Amino acid sequence: MAAEPVREASRARGFFGRLRAGDQAATLITATFASSVLVLTALLVYELFHGSALSRDKFGWAFLFTKIWDPVAGEFGALPFIYGTLATSALALAMAVPLGLGAAVFLSELAPPRISDALTFVIELLAAVPSVIYGLLGVFILVPLMRQAGAPYGVGVFTASVVLAVMILPFIVSISREALLAVPREQREAALALGATHWESTWQVVIPFARLGIIGSVFLALARALGETMAVTMVIGNDPKIHASLLAPGYTIAAVIANEFTEATADLHLSALIELGLVLFFLTMLLNGIARLLILSTTRRGTAQ
Amino acid sequence: MNRRKIVNTVMFGITGLCALLTVSVLFFILGYLLWYGGRSLSWSFLTQLPKPPGEAGGGMANAIVGTGKLLLLTVLMGVPAGFVAGVYLSEFGSGSFPAVVRYTADLLNGVPSIVIGIFAYALVVMPMRHFSALAGAVALSMMVIPITMRTTEQFLRAVPQSLREAALALGANKWQTVATVVIPAGFRGILTGTILGVARVAGETAPLLFTSFGNQYWSSGFNQPTASLPVMIFTFAVSPYDDWHRQAWAAALVLLALMLTANVAARLVFSPKVTQNG
Amino acid sequence: MRRHSMKLVLCLFALLVPLSAQTLVNGAGATFPYPIYSKWFDEYHKLHPDVQINYQSIGSGGGIRQLESGTVDFGASDQPMNEEQLAKSKNKPLHFPTVMGAVVATYNLPGLNRELNFTPEALAGIFLGKVKKWNDAALKSANPGVPLPANDIMLVHRSDGSGTSFIWTDYLSKISPEWKSQVGPGAAVNWPAGLGAKGNEGVAGMVKQTPYSLGYVELIYALQNKMPYARVRNAAGKFVKPDLASVTAAAAGAASNMPDDFRVSITNAPGKDAYPVSSFTWLLIPGQIQDGAKKKILVDFVRWMLGPGQKMAEPLSYAPLPQLVVAKELKAIATVQ
Repeated sequence: MAAEPVREASRARGFFGRLRAGDQAATLITATFASSVLVLTALLVYELFHGSALSRDKFGWAFLFTKIWDPVAGEFGALPFIYGTLATSALALAMAVPLGLGAAVFLSELAPPRISDALTFVIELLAAVPSVIYGLLGVFILVPLMRQAGAPYGVGVFTASVVLAVMILPFIVSISREALLAVPREQREAALALGATHWESTWQVVIPFARLGIIGSVFLALARALGETMAVTMVIGNDPKIHASLLAPGYTIAAVIANEFTEATADLHLSALIELGLVLFFLTMLLNGIARLLILSTTRRGTAQ
Repeated sequence: MNRRKIVNTVMFGITGLCALLTVSVLFFILGYLLWYGGRSLSWSFLTQLPKPPGEAGGGMANAIVGTGKLLLLTVLMGVPAGFVAGVYLSEFGSGSFPAVVRYTADLLNGVPSIVIGIFAYALVVMPMRHFSALAGAVALSMMVIPITMRTTEQFLRAVPQSLREAALALGANKWQTVATVVIPAGFRGILTGTILGVARVAGETAPLLFTSFGNQYWSSGFNQPTASLPVMIFTFAVSPYDDWHRQAWAAALVLLALMLTANVAARLVFSPKVTQNG
Repeated sequence: MRRHSMKLVLCLFALLVPLSAQTLVNGAGATFPYPIYSKWFDEYHKLHPDVQINYQSIGSGGGIRQLESGTVDFGASDQPMNEEQLAKSKNKPLHFPTVMGAVVATYNLPGLNRELNFTPEALAGIFLGKVKKWNDAALKSANPGVPLPANDIMLVHRSDGSGTSFIWTDYLSKISPEWKSQVGPGAAVNWPAGLGAKGNEGVAGMVKQTPYSLGYVELIYALQNKMPYARVRNAAGKFVKPDLASVTAAAAGAASNMPDDFRVSITNAPGKDAYPVSSFTWLLIPGQIQDGAKKKILVDFVRWMLGPGQKMAEPLSYAPLPQLVVAKELKAIATVQ
């Protein structure tokens, strides 16, 4: 008598057990693929560390602060490249942020939704244009223009910044617009009810409310600009020196890797290039981290009603 | 009061101008490429191999096919991996592991493409002892995996909980629910996001410079140095030859046309409500 | 879906191509001889449709590095490998001179498309960043009557590891003690002045596009792009125009006295007709090649290059090898295992 329910239960356990085993297998398989991301990233960091060991041992932290890049003498310092990378990115931001923010405000606050969506679509297409095409346009359109405008070579830090500015513009516009759209209606209405004009409500209430998201978009754009390679290589002039003039040629980390990586004959030279890659990796990692945090905190604030 | 109204009008006028300027950049780019590239585009450009430098004529047929091969491999390697990983994040993840994966994926997505190139060189080119389409595709896959993963997660999460509950109530277990109900429901969105992701890496040059390298002939299979459109545009653009400049413009037009077609098709045909993953 | 079918078509296409069963040999390196190399490989492919030699002009430094890494089957360089590199090398490459060429100073002076004269001192001064203007006394004295403008000299050098740079800096080191102590000869050096462009192609492109610029390229790049180039005063004190005769004259001494490993510099050569910035350029072929098919292709190619191939050099303004050198190389190629 008692055996019947027991068998029933054990059969049931077997059935559900099998089901659960299926789920476990699925979990295991999908988790394996998910952890491939971890493995790849870990390998990436390992390769960069391992490859740059020679240079790190020889130069230590001084690598970051010396400005001689002399393959003949075997002396390598990253400062001109770090400077070039930061200078081009900062200048690009100075140009792209006001423009991009203005466009984002227009798209989120003024334009009718239909037009706003259409324009955003076009702007996001800009983000899909490959960087080598920006470089091509830079070389044949922008460089001659810059030369006429007074830059001695045409190519240089400033020219590279203009190209970068155009390239990061779509990121600033589309992410800032999202942040602005996430600002609750009540905030705007409250300001308008107090007698503020549309602009005053936008400038004093909406933008401050969305500021973290906007700053996040700026950091994300900055991370993009730091790592951008081809367009910059083609228009920056490839000169590892720090010039006082922004119109003079310069060099960025990504550009020097693109130019010299396959052809560094000395091991130390190669190692120094990989260390530059490591520096770039940490720079972008830092900025991306900050950007994600900022964007996350605005969208949370906006939606936490 | 009046002044405030004027400020209102002027400031919004300026923002309108900003938007106009931003949008017009795309039309400038399109205009220049159509003007310069269109004039240089020819049948021989699409069907012939490159000529030695200084000789007129020739084309980039091998680079067009080469880019196709790189993307094919990327779609075969990177997209499935990213997709399955995304399914994990959305459906099977528990504990703090998904958060770690998510963070790492964002990190990987932000790694400059030139650094990915160094990595693929060390990981594939050095052990295999030759440059190859495979090495290039590994680099591109590393860029596509995080994008596909996050897109998949995003669209699977958007599938209503009630659908899952209905399937579970009918006696399906979790993986059956996911495979037969959740994934089909989110499929269009995932496809759109994936196409956008692949289109984005299709134009990458930096990671290919020292992985797929270059080849002035057809490359057979996936184990040889392979020409690609972006790398060809780069080498041809910085050269002194007028004929190569013309071909660089034509190649840029072809590449941009591919890219924009993929983007427009993905957004309009498959799902109008997707924004590109930064 | 449409995209998928496109992929499918591409995939099928990709699979069809290898049916022709061709052997691909990969090489990389110097941009200096790239015009003649790509011509040779193109012609050789026409003669032997089953052989493809893929040559990527990434720079001499790249040729040596990639050969050492084993990622290419042969390299090419205008800078012979030094003792240290050879000692460390796993595959013990042999040097095979292919042609001789000249590195010329090319410039872009709007409205002044003519030959200028450069003294060694002026060249060293310009590249050290001391001679900054086109109408500097060092240039004026060598070019009496030429209306040199008062503009700044926009200096262009190479950004990649380059044999052309090596030849140029090797020359500057021989004629200027200051250059030798401050900078030295090398494929990639710490340039005191100017900006960098990638490859001979890139330097020629940059000079062509930039008014008042000056750069150095292999002769053919200047000729193909109709850019003016300078006469340089040689060791015998005569201003010599770079061409076939003056390059051949520069090699006269080395030809009869060629070392067994062919590593020889002919910059600043004696002889009153010698162009001082001339050089051989070398193919780097591993002393031992495992893959029999590839070995046969490379050996056959070198034999062909030393025979019929040499006749293609002149139309591209490279100087063919002296007969003595050809004979010596034919012996050396037989030693590849």
